[in-house]
Amino acid sequence: MRTTLQNWTLLFGSAVLLAFPAAASAQLSTYDIETRIGAESHVGNVTGHAKDAALPYRRYCVGCHGPLGDGNGENADWFLTPMYQKPRDFQLGVFKCRSTPTGTLPTDQDLFDAITRGFDRSNMPQWNTLSKQERADLVAWVKHYSPRWANEKPGAPIQIPPEPEVTAERIKAGRDVFARVQCWKCHGVQGMANGPSASTLTDDLGRPIAPFNFTEGSRPKCGDTDQDIYRIFMTGLDGTPMPSFADNIKPDEAWDLVFYLRTFMRQHSKEKDLAKGLGLKPVDPNAPAPAASGQQ
Amino acid sequence: MHVTRRLRMRNFVHFATSLSAVSLILAALVITCSQPANALPAFARKYGLRCSACHESWPMLNYFGQKFKDNGYQLMNDRDAPIWQNPGYWPVTFRITPIWHRVSTGKVLVDTYSSGIATPTGQAVQRVTSSGFDLSGLDFHTGGTLEKNISFYVLPSSDPTASFHFETVMGRLDNLFGSPWLNVKFGKFELDNLLSEKRILTLTGNGGIYQLYHFRPQGDGNIFGQMGDNQLGLEVMGHSYNDRTRYSAALLSSNDGQVELPYGSGYTGFFTASQAFDAGRAGVERIGFYAMVGEAPTTWLTQTGPSGSTILPGSGIGNKSFSREGFVGQFYFGPHVDLTVVTQHGEDNAWFGQGYGDFIDGVATANNTTGTTLPAGAQNPTWNGVLFEPHYVYSPQLIFIGRYETIRMSQQANGSGSATPTASNFGNISTYTIGYRYNPFMTSRAGFAWHNEYNWLHQDGTGPTLGLTSANINTSELLVGFDFDF
Repeated sequence: MRTTLQNWTLLFGSAVLLAFPAAASAQLSTYDIETRIGAESHVGNVTGHAKDAALPYRRYCVGCHGPLGDGNGENADWFLTPMYQKPRDFQLGVFKCRSTPTGTLPTDQDLFDAITRGFDRSNMPQWNTLSKQERADLVAWVKHYSPRWANEKPGAPIQIPPEPEVTAERIKAGRDVFARVQCWKCHGVQGMANGPSASTLTDDLGRPIAPFNFTEGSRPKCGDTDQDIYRIFMTGLDGTPMPSFADNIKPDEAWDLVFYLRTFMRQHSKEKDLAKGLGLKPVDPNAPAPAASGQQ
Repeated sequence: MHVTRRLRMRNFVHFATSLSAVSLILAALVITCSQPANALPAFARKYGLRCSACHESWPMLNYFGQKFKDNGYQLMNDRDAPIWQNPGYWPVTFRITPIWHRVSTGKVLVDTYSSGIATPTGQAVQRVTSSGFDLSGLDFHTGGTLEKNISFYVLPSSDPTASFHFETVMGRLDNLFGSPWLNVKFGKFELDNLLSEKRILTLTGNGGIYQLYHFRPQGDGNIFGQMGDNQLGLEVMGHSYNDRTRYSAALLSSNDGQVELPYGSGYTGFFTASQAFDAGRAGVERIGFYAMVGEAPTTWLTQTGPSGSTILPGSGIGNKSFSREGFVGQFYFGPHVDLTVVTQHGEDNAWFGQGYGDFIDGVATANNTTGTTLPAGAQNPTWNGVLFEPHYVYSPQLIFIGRYETIRMSQQANGSGSATPTASNFGNISTYTIGYRYNPFMTSRAGFAWHNEYNWLHQDGTGPTLGLTSANINTSELLVGFDFDF
């Protein structure tokens, strides 16, 4: 009897010894995270404190993002990709919607806006019912999960030049940019998320991910103003296959592309009317890519 | 003998040690397995949000849950339509509460018997107390979206004997013309009370309702103006994107939500508006008002000949007016403490005050037929009330609840000109409720709460006097139970 007990103890002990290093290497421990509980955020004139967000995080967020902020909440397994994206792993410190260049940390305002705006086509709702202070506290809480904030500063927000007036020429130029940088490979020639690469896309963690379908009527993930769409080209969506085109397209071209993408969208717009007048055809994937324009 | 005793002692010590160890393990399990708490699990399952996301403590909504409801049970994430759900998803939740409770009612008129005599020989006033295990009714909630921006809610509900009725049946067109300011609801639904009685945190007979929402002066025949009951009608409501600003206007049949037009053709309007403010660290504070203005019948056609009073259902005429209006405030003092305040001024037409309007089992106790006049001194009964409900939210899994409600008659139906003027405090009510709800676990699949509550209600002058100096009645109830839904 005693021998059996000893065997079980040994077996259990070995399992614990083996399991713990594996778990520790997979994610940050509670202790690591707790050392950053003093994290702050600064949104406008509001200062958020991570320590004040423990209760709201537990109330609103933990079911998806998990107690360790690693995106492994109890519901994470039920979000089937690519239709639903898995909850964000805050420990990685990688965020899609930023005003900062690709590879850099977002600003506090970026995280605040993401919490406020939510993400369409995901289970991340708009938390605009929370007070500004609660949201700022949650931003600080999100930051306290990743050591990146202890070692890096957020990137400088990119400059967005004033939006030019929409013209038929600009929409045609935007079509050329769409063809040249091969947006259609993922988004499809009509923006329906059915390009030849669409079904092969994965995020940085190897999980399937779908490109944005412009025709579905949904809001773009990082906001639906022209400035928001422009920003996505220039910053990329970190952690996803959507790269930054800051080095490939000029600011004027980016505006042209914004106008062209508006022609795909279900919502009525001036761009749609102009495109209809032009009789604009979808890009031809087999045609040679147009050359870059000389505009600035 | 000694050996045996020692062996027994050793066995006892072993048993006690094992028991302690098991207890410690169980306690540790309870503590470590406790996860943050839940709500209408059908919605939670659909969206993968814990109940605490929408409920301060289920079933009471927080601001986020209120916005979800105001959006027609939609997160507005472009995945609200059923086409995006797993085809096996079936939006049904049931809720029931097995309880133990002890009810003690003061000054009940009871028969007295003389020794050896089987028939009552007199009457006395005494307190009646009963206790035991019991059940609540059973609710089957089903609600959600039929398509994006078209939502529904159907709630068959039973009393504890499983006699069912439809508590809620409504369809809703949401965000008409792409604007959250225009939503239309049609059917039987809860009135847009900021402090929702259908999401009340308390369960006792008197504490499980808001007295303000059901108050009728003693002897009053107006059964129609009950804000706490779901009503049949049409509601237009709107709100800002962040739900800080809300309004609603409803047109209701004056039949207290009863189907098959049992009364007449009276209508009631119910109007609300509120505005919330961001108050920094304190939270989001909301203030608003409500007004219920309606008319309902006081006269019935009868069917039983010259001496009869059996009324013809649906034949109500002689509509008279009633109104209830007041202010509502929801105040947060940080993440743990909040207070809801509701005030009310109510008024019924003098005919209601004399008992006209209601009929019981098809018999009108008073009927305002041609030639009937009000007695001398009859006047509109009016009253004022206020409700304070503070909460201490220790965590999403544990909430402490308090409530104080009082209603004071400001004008009795029988005034000073009456042959028998009514005492000014007759029918006044005061009630206190305290309790807590503890959710030992919280997931997005089911809700379970250990509920403990005590209610005390005091009513002025409504008890039998029978030689007593005071006719005030005190009623109390203690309740414990498991409140769960899935």
